[in-house]
Amino acid sequence: MIEREYDIVIVGSGAGGGTVAQALAPMVQDGVRILVLEQGPRLADAEFTGRELEMADALYEDGGGFLTADGTMTLAFGRALGGSTVVYTGTSLVAPERVIRAWAVPGLDHADLARRSAVYAAQNNVHPLAPDLINDNNRLFVEGCRKAGYRAEQFPLNVRGCRGSSLCNLGCPNAAKMGTARVQLPAAQAQGVQVVTRAEVLSIGERSLTVVVRARQAGEKGAVSEWEPGTYHVRAGAVVVAGGAVGSPALLLRSGFGGALPALGRGFTCHPAHILVAEHERPITNDVGHPKSFYLDRAADEGYVLETCMYFPFTTAKNLTGFGAAHSALMRAFPRLQMILVLACDKAVPGNRVTVDGSGKPVVRYTFTAQTVEALARATRASAKIFFAAGALRVHAPSADPPLIERRDADRVDELIAARHFRTGKVSVSAAHLMGGCAMGEPGDAGRSVTDAWGRVHGLPWLRVADASLFPDSLEINPYLTIMALADRVAEAIRADARDLLGAGAAA
Amino acid sequence: MRALVRSRPAAAFGARALAAGAAPAYKQPMPAAGFPLPLPVFRALAEAFVPEAAALDARAWEEAEGIVGGFLASRPASVRRQAALLVRLLDLLPLVLHGRRFRSLDVARRARLLERLQDAPVLLVRRGIWGLRTLAFMGFYGRAEAAGAIGYRADPRGWEARQ
Repeated sequence: MIEREYDIVIVGSGAGGGTVAQALAPMVQDGVRILVLEQGPRLADAEFTGRELEMADALYEDGGGFLTADGTMTLAFGRALGGSTVVYTGTSLVAPERVIRAWAVPGLDHADLARRSAVYAAQNNVHPLAPDLINDNNRLFVEGCRKAGYRAEQFPLNVRGCRGSSLCNLGCPNAAKMGTARVQLPAAQAQGVQVVTRAEVLSIGERSLTVVVRARQAGEKGAVSEWEPGTYHVRAGAVVVAGGAVGSPALLLRSGFGGALPALGRGFTCHPAHILVAEHERPITNDVGHPKSFYLDRAADEGYVLETCMYFPFTTAKNLTGFGAAHSALMRAFPRLQMILVLACDKAVPGNRVTVDGSGKPVVRYTFTAQTVEALARATRASAKIFFAAGALRVHAPSADPPLIERRDADRVDELIAARHFRTGKVSVSAAHLMGGCAMGEPGDAGRSVTDAWGRVHGLPWLRVADASLFPDSLEINPYLTIMALADRVAEAIRADARDLLGAGAAA
Repeated sequence: MRALVRSRPAAAFGARALAAGAAPAYKQPMPAAGFPLPLPVFRALAEAFVPEAAALDARAWEEAEGIVGGFLASRPASVRRQAALLVRLLDLLPLVLHGRRFRSLDVARRARLLERLQDAPVLLVRRGIWGLRTLAFMGFYGRAEAAGAIGYRADPRGWEARQ
């Protein structure tokens, strides 16, 4: 085993890890050695081809096909330098005040999160797209909402130089998406933070990590690791776990922290989602232009959010219910398809959690509650009404029987779309807003939480968490900006605790 | 029953597509043991899930099966075994109902059987059909030619490509 030693080791390079790396980078000039370990590869700009299967395999855990334990939901999360910020759509919203208030985490207040979120929004060039860059898929959503009596809002996006490829979820081919690999990590590296890719942390011990660095396989995308392939024992003054809501709890569980932290892995939420599709009479601009520019927030009143979206041929095909001639006909109508992503704002319940199997690999146990299924049905009904109000000929709705609703039945949407038609294993459900598992809570309350409001793991001052696993419950909106704000707080706490963690020489 | 086993260098699967000027077919390397599912049954399934699959030529089938075989090669061995078992059971099931294997049924009968299984009361069965459906869609729609045929035109150049 190869020995290495650092003062601060950050596990993960996504919204959380990248933010911590940049926020702590000024400490390098004081002699603090900071390392970021990312299990995925570092891709060069030219490697972002936009080809569906190729990029899904290169950028997502399990090629985008990570399933929950019972196989009824697909979880999509990134596995590359930049984490899920490489594959998200860049929608940048501040946490709702009512959600943060309901979390009731001592020491966490909304004003502080909003202030920090604004800092990162500015760093990431967050802004709404100009009207002339809005495609028909988005415009029809706005028009449909207006006619159906809803108020759509425009997403601020973290883009610079967007060319409208619509390929955001396969990694932007134009280097236009301002994720951590484009903004925070380069800034951190410029100040001396070291980043090592293809480095998987197998376990964490007392101020140490066991890391395996893998070789690049023939034909695989991405650069070789910055370290030689092999197994490393890395000693650290402080460890920041930022592997995401699946990766972080799994790492801590297989490292044996579950006994002292019974809340570890619990409270997993994910905004389960359907992709809804509607067919219009004429071709529309859908696979060109930013795919996700507008949303409808009904979280507080009805437990769901609707977002514009546009996906790729295989992703679209597998998310439609059914098969055969009707399915093929809808696929052949691709240039005339409008899409809406419906997300249910699920709540943390005891059984929904991250565990590990015998080999330490993450297992996500998730059961759809009646409330979540009802929220998906409500969201689907609203979407169908919006589609028809926008002029759609027919709507494909997973929670309808049969799933294809013709325009002549538009006034029967409330009757045709019902929660009782939601059949796990038949209906495709996916999720990309993975949250919980290392929840924040009262300091020292290891029975009900894993960390305090500053990411300090209970009873282990050298161990911190800085990602969406901190969320005690679902955020009810897109999470990345809130993750960055929380990670910023984690970094501030590390700076404040530096003398105790790292010795007098490293004190802020 | 003998599965049709192929063993060719992975590069060969994409070579013809490249020569035709199409985007390179994405695939993981096919394992030396070849396609892990009984090929005639997989093709019968694919044609039921995607009627247009009946018109695929040998090159297109090779590409589709390369995609699916490569994907399954990247899964744990247990997943490949489960998928192969499911496909074999599915092939035998209609012997009880129709006196013929699944692969020998006409497309309409195959589709009706799959629809019934898709709505089965047992989650394991519904999941199995969803999984096979996903594989068929991956092989068919994961090909650049199929994406083009349905009118999918996304281009890294975005708006400029439409001018």
